[in-house]
Amino acid sequence: MTVVERREIALVDLLDRLLAGGVVITGDLTLRIADVDLVRIDLNALISSVNEQVRSPWQEVP
Amino acid sequence: MSGLRYVYAICRPFGSTLPAQLTGVAGVPPKQLTHHGLIAIVSAVPEEDFAEEPLRAHLEDLDWLTETARAHHSVIDALTVVTSPLPLRLATVFRDDSGVRTMMEAHEEAFLRTLDRLDGRVEWGVKVYAESEETPEETPEETPVSEKRTPPVKSGSGRDYLRQRRRQRRAHEEKWERAEEFARRLHGALSRFAEDTRIHAPQNAALSRASGRNVLNAAYLVPRSDSEEFVELVDRTKDEEAGLRVELTGPWAAYSFSGSFGAPEGEAGP
Repeated sequence: MTVVERREIALVDLLDRLLAGGVVITGDLTLRIADVDLVRIDLNALISSVNEQVRSPWQEVP
Repeated sequence: MSGLRYVYAICRPFGSTLPAQLTGVAGVPPKQLTHHGLIAIVSAVPEEDFAEEPLRAHLEDLDWLTETARAHHSVIDALTVVTSPLPLRLATVFRDDSGVRTMMEAHEEAFLRTLDRLDGRVEWGVKVYAESEETPEETPEETPVSEKRTPPVKSGSGRDYLRQRRRQRRAHEEKWERAEEFARRLHGALSRFAEDTRIHAPQNAALSRASGRNVLNAAYLVPRSDSEEFVELVDRTKDEEAGLRVELTGPWAAYSFSGSFGAPEGEAGP
């Protein structure tokens, strides 16, 4: 079986869901920080920063 | 409690308490805030980290983002044990409890409708990877590597070299076609089984540190009671093709299926 059972969930899988999923609520009531575009931009910045860093700052505990 | 309110999810009342040792973002235990027939799962978070400016800065800090994402998820995960939560986007923050209540009231109908749609459902993630060509270029059936002692390229002519390159390129293209065809077929089969599907962008290998190229990154909404069957379906298809790897993650809360509320009516579904 190649089905991977990781004890710790991979950060990318989490970010797929937390940054692209979940209900987005906007409006005057929020501080308007849950904005889709903002988070997407940050994710791109995040990916490029990871590419440069080579050594990833997080470890995947097997 | 003072500070801002970080909201993880909206649920229907589930009549049990959250695990006492559960901590959320900023190390704060989440609380239930009831409004009418809905519950918001909320933590009081410090303004110096979660007001707009500091939060914007924090989101670019990978360590902070990682920690916060994991904390957010651990709360959602605990909720999925007792109910089918409607997760909110990471970093949804309100000024105070009354802000949260006003939001709940404003979206009450949409929340209830979405909670009905998600009730008893979980999300499964399925990814397909095509192994990258770190393996030697020749296909093994042609050249049992250890036996045939052909000296490497230098003795061959330029034409041999070009021929070999062409062959490699063809094999490479065929491999991608096979990979995509496999992914299409798998996605088709899983979609027929699932109630809803969502395709995520392929994952960046540098970020995932997974080997091979990610050709499918999809999420499927499946009734909890059908999950076993779904997992078996994935298991069965995944050894069909050599050089391809299928990864299953889940069950997740329905993160990938919660965002469409506020969309026009009429998506009652089959």
